[in-house]
Amino acid sequence: MGSDGSEHRAPRRHRLLESGLVFLRVGPAIGLLILIVILAQLSPAFATTRNIGNLLAQSAVICVLAIGQLLVIVTRGIDLSVGSTLALGTVTGALAVTAGLPTPIVILVMLVTGAAVGAVNGIFYVYGRLPHPFIITLATLSVARGLALWLSDGQPIQGMPDQIRVIGGEILLGWLPVSTIVVAAIALGALLLTTRMVWGRWIYAVGGNPEAALRIGIPVGATLVSVYVLSGLMAGVGALLTAGRTGAGAPTFGSLAELDAIAAVIIGGASFLGGRGHVGNAIVGALMIGVIRNGMNLLNVDSFFQPMVIGVVIVLAVEADVIRNRLEQRFRLMQALS
Amino acid sequence: MTATPVIAVTDAVKRFGGVVALDHVSLAVHAGEVLALLGDNGAGKSTLIKCLAGVHRLDAGTIELDGVSVRIDSPATAQALGIETVYQDLALFDNLDPAANFYAGREIAGPAWLPRWLRLLRPGEMRTATNAVLDDLRVSLPSAGVTVGLMSGGQRQAVAVARAAAFASRIVILDEPTAALGARESRSVLDLIVRLRDQGKAVIVISHALDHVIEVANRAVVMRRGRVVGEEVPTRENQPRIVSLIVGGEA
Repeated sequence: MGSDGSEHRAPRRHRLLESGLVFLRVGPAIGLLILIVILAQLSPAFATTRNIGNLLAQSAVICVLAIGQLLVIVTRGIDLSVGSTLALGTVTGALAVTAGLPTPIVILVMLVTGAAVGAVNGIFYVYGRLPHPFIITLATLSVARGLALWLSDGQPIQGMPDQIRVIGGEILLGWLPVSTIVVAAIALGALLLTTRMVWGRWIYAVGGNPEAALRIGIPVGATLVSVYVLSGLMAGVGALLTAGRTGAGAPTFGSLAELDAIAAVIIGGASFLGGRGHVGNAIVGALMIGVIRNGMNLLNVDSFFQPMVIGVVIVLAVEADVIRNRLEQRFRLMQALS
Repeated sequence: MTATPVIAVTDAVKRFGGVVALDHVSLAVHAGEVLALLGDNGAGKSTLIKCLAGVHRLDAGTIELDGVSVRIDSPATAQALGIETVYQDLALFDNLDPAANFYAGREIAGPAWLPRWLRLLRPGEMRTATNAVLDDLRVSLPSAGVTVGLMSGGQRQAVAVARAAAFASRIVILDEPTAALGARESRSVLDLIVRLRDQGKAVIVISHALDHVIEVANRAVVMRRGRVVGEEVPTRENQPRIVSLIVGGEA
């Protein structure tokens, strides 16, 4: 009887733990849903097509930056430069417009600007043998912002071609921004990369155990450089969307956007210790930030409260990570005993 | 033993500066045999296996695989020659599942005309092959997609050993496979080593646990200060003699 009981108990606790871990994985999405339901109850303006269109348009840039940041954070890194890079991209793009270059080239200039800053980050970090990417991306945060100010003479540069304005600013059917379609396409590409491609597998392997990755023959250096290039490229896309929405390039755009991107990734449950994080959850994190800001505006809450609420959400996300680590510890113990 | 050994090391010498880590070491391992490498810390066991694994290069001496002389100058060469090593740190990716761990750095992916990094993974193929190896070795793990980080020490060791076994056409080298494990998990890892042997693999095990060596090893080679000082069939009766060889006292 006694042995029977324990044999039955072990698998049930096992299943309970397993479902707890699954719950934590979808936790951010559930949190977002609950938030949306509550806001829809509190404010009749929230769940209108028009507001949803606004919300999506406002969140597009954070979503794109969060996808790039996620890849960096999965490899145990951080990219502080994306906000400044975004600004620099809008300025180089605007200068390309002023120079009379055709629209596809203007778009290319913005994307290449972003990827180039990312390449500088990655190359200095890996081949300059820096202990951590914090410093180099802090440096490029400063340099890119300064460069944007210098190139633009500190002034916004007005005038973007119609196609770019459509990409960044048009809202279809009253609720579907074109920028959201861009975000969705990029998210699909990032999903393909992270779940289906050898490249993506290497990104997660390098994040999970860099030494083992090196020993096993994965090109660790190139993989690391690639995530910074992708993060920079996402800042370039952010520049395109921002320039399109505002019709201008400006050296002040995107300030502190890197912190939103990092917050989105963490709220989405990625681990700062590397190896763990999902594209879908990073977007959920970005939308969470967008929904909180949008909802609080609609409820006429003093805008000074927004950063505080977002801070609280970050703490909750990190606590969820702590709980997850505890559960995993229990799970391992149970494996050893069963 | 008349058959050609899978691996034969002859007069291996390795120096680190003025220190002679391997002093004319010779040994041979046959297919379907578990050779235990014994010795105190600093005896040269780790140096020897690192030379076989391609981490270090020999200063002198020869290594023959199936009777053919080879040079092992990098971990990649060793792997290409069918030598897989499981170090104590296991080199697992805690954030990936067993199949992804098996194939990390040698992913099954296509199409072939794309550069390797752009190819698409074939997770089904990798999972099927991995499960076949795990089933063969009767390794039982929590449900299939669970990451290695959620496994116990014994299960992790089993995954690392099975990965080595899957890719080792000739020799599996295990460095202290039971050192970090409790009694029950040691038991299952020892069973795993026996099954590797029964599959016809040559296995070299470094271990301090004489009980475990007696259980699984066919021969025990004892090293002291960079030299092979003796060889015994590990049995309970020989245990005192093996111990005295290890510590260097007079038997």
